Amino acid sequence: MEQVIVGRAYVLGDNIDTDQIIPAEHLVYSLSDPEEKKNYGKFALSGVPKDDAGLPEGNKLFVEEGKFESEYTIIIGGKNFGCGSSREHAPACLKIAGIQAIIATSYARIFYRNSVDGGFFIPFESSGKLVNNIRTGNNLTINLETGTLINNSSNQTFKLQPLGEVAEIVKAGNIFEYARKAGMI
Amino acid sequence: MGLTITEKILAAHAGKDKVTPGETIWVDVDVLMTHDVCGPGTINIFKEQFGKNAKVFDREKVVIIPDHYIFTSDKHANRNIDILREFVSEQNLPYYYDVGTENYKGVCHLALAQEGHNRPGEVLFGTDSHTCTSGAFGMFSTGIGNTDAAFILGTGKLWVKVPESMKFEFTGKFPDYIMAKDIILQVIGDIGVDGATYRTMEWTGNAIMNFSMEERMTLCNMAIEGGGKNAVIEADEVTLKYVKERTNKPYNVYRSDHDANYYFKKTYDASTMEPIVAKPHSPDNKALVRECSDVKIDRSYIGSCTGGKYTDFLAAANILNGKKVAVNTFIVPATTEVYKDLESKMLDGKTLLNIFKEAGCEIGDASCAACLGGPKDTFGRTHGTEVVVSTTNRNFPGRMGSKQSEVYLASPYTAAASALTGRITDPREMLN
Repeated sequence: MEQVIVGRAYVLGDNIDTDQIIPAEHLVYSLSDPEEKKNYGKFALSGVPKDDAGLPEGNKLFVEEGKFESEYTIIIGGKNFGCGSSREHAPACLKIAGIQAIIATSYARIFYRNSVDGGFFIPFESSGKLVNNIRTGNNLTINLETGTLINNSSNQTFKLQPLGEVAEIVKAGNIFEYARKAGMI
Repeated sequence: MGLTITEKILAAHAGKDKVTPGETIWVDVDVLMTHDVCGPGTINIFKEQFGKNAKVFDREKVVIIPDHYIFTSDKHANRNIDILREFVSEQNLPYYYDVGTENYKGVCHLALAQEGHNRPGEVLFGTDSHTCTSGAFGMFSTGIGNTDAAFILGTGKLWVKVPESMKFEFTGKFPDYIMAKDIILQVIGDIGVDGATYRTMEWTGNAIMNFSMEERMTLCNMAIEGGGKNAVIEADEVTLKYVKERTNKPYNVYRSDHDANYYFKKTYDASTMEPIVAKPHSPDNKALVRECSDVKIDRSYIGSCTGGKYTDFLAAANILNGKKVAVNTFIVPATTEVYKDLESKMLDGKTLLNIFKEAGCEIGDASCAACLGGPKDTFGRTHGTEVVVSTTNRNFPGRMGSKQSEVYLASPYTAAASALTGRITDPREMLN
């Protein structure tokens, strides 16, 4: 596991639901076919209303027209990120679009589980609200060892919450690798 | 210290005498349910992880119910049904409700109940967030993703963090114009869309126990809109009658101890409840129906796991009987059994189906249909700036198709009353 994650921020507000992350009409594509699954990158976060897309200004496309990957690799979210559906297409589409980490105030339960058990990326929890301190496009560094987030654009440092009971699964990579290490499968 | 129903079921399935909220345990799974949207992904991960020739952990415990994208020309959606068929045939699975056959059911959460897969005391996981619906049967049930479902297919087990329980008690008697939908919208409005995150919503009180199984399912169905991990209602005679008519498999009835520990308890006086809507774009954006009477609507939609059961249509028919709708009104029975009920059950000497047809409603085939938007040709899907009053469960931006449309979540009574006037209408105006 990489100890440092560096990338540009895409900032979103509270209650970003799975219909905003990947609208249901797109859930028909294969998640395993290498060509077909690129569509998930193309439509990732395409359901977010324009004013809420890339805060604080808004109106910033997560994935540009005609592209399959985002120029942003770290999402900053508010509370209850990923609420709604159990669709694993939600963390999968963000991963396919190139997301390496999400840092939100809190998560909806199933999205959090899916992110960890599927090994898509680490869903970090922030200690306070980051949405007001980070702007879309800011350069960020996440240090896993120290549990900190640095906004290189403003030289601010923020503490991340410890991973708690999922730390072992995150370390193993996903639920299957965890279970193999534990001798369960 | 005693235990809650949820704690007792989880302990029994983890081989323990007791469990404590916050503790991470591995449970044995009684039923795994998947459908056409998440089944193909689940199957793929199962084969990747356990091998091309791997067999599921127990073919009697896997239930596959295609329901989401059924009546569409979308080639990818139709291909996904083929993937389910191939897997069912290869694994020789007995519980598959195939599209285009006599066996087709429709919306998985109601199909699970009607086909006898919901049994008190059991642990059921499903690749759909509204799997919490089954908690109405005094069982533990919750939604999971493809990876967790694939893990269960291979092992029959899953890790669970034991949730704290929240107790919502309704005493007394609900007024006749109040439905379970009003109650869940009231409670979500009170606690917020993350008010029950990681927790159990346990429903109790004589007003709740007077609800039919269908109404209890509505109540448990939307626990996820409060962030809840699961919902649960203690099994009683009403539950057991429903279950025994549909399965002869054994089950265990668990009851919460009097000294069980709750994170939160709230008691409501059932007689004071009023019809509620959730305004756009969040299920906790609560308002009294009578406060929204100036909101004009373009469409009324009655259907889904939340609001497409027989009792939901009986309520709607009571209001629409002998009248004409003022806006496009869509009727989508959740399952084929509900469709048959519409054809056979009578009100005032007319079938419910005829009441809806005479009122000018459009009738769809059993499936999830426009509850979640879906492919462009989905029945009842929004494509523009429609304002919809809907008996479904979510009103997030774009949920019913178009990002520009606005959805008001409401009970079948309110959706039917609003269909007649073209504005959001308190059912009390129509029920006298």
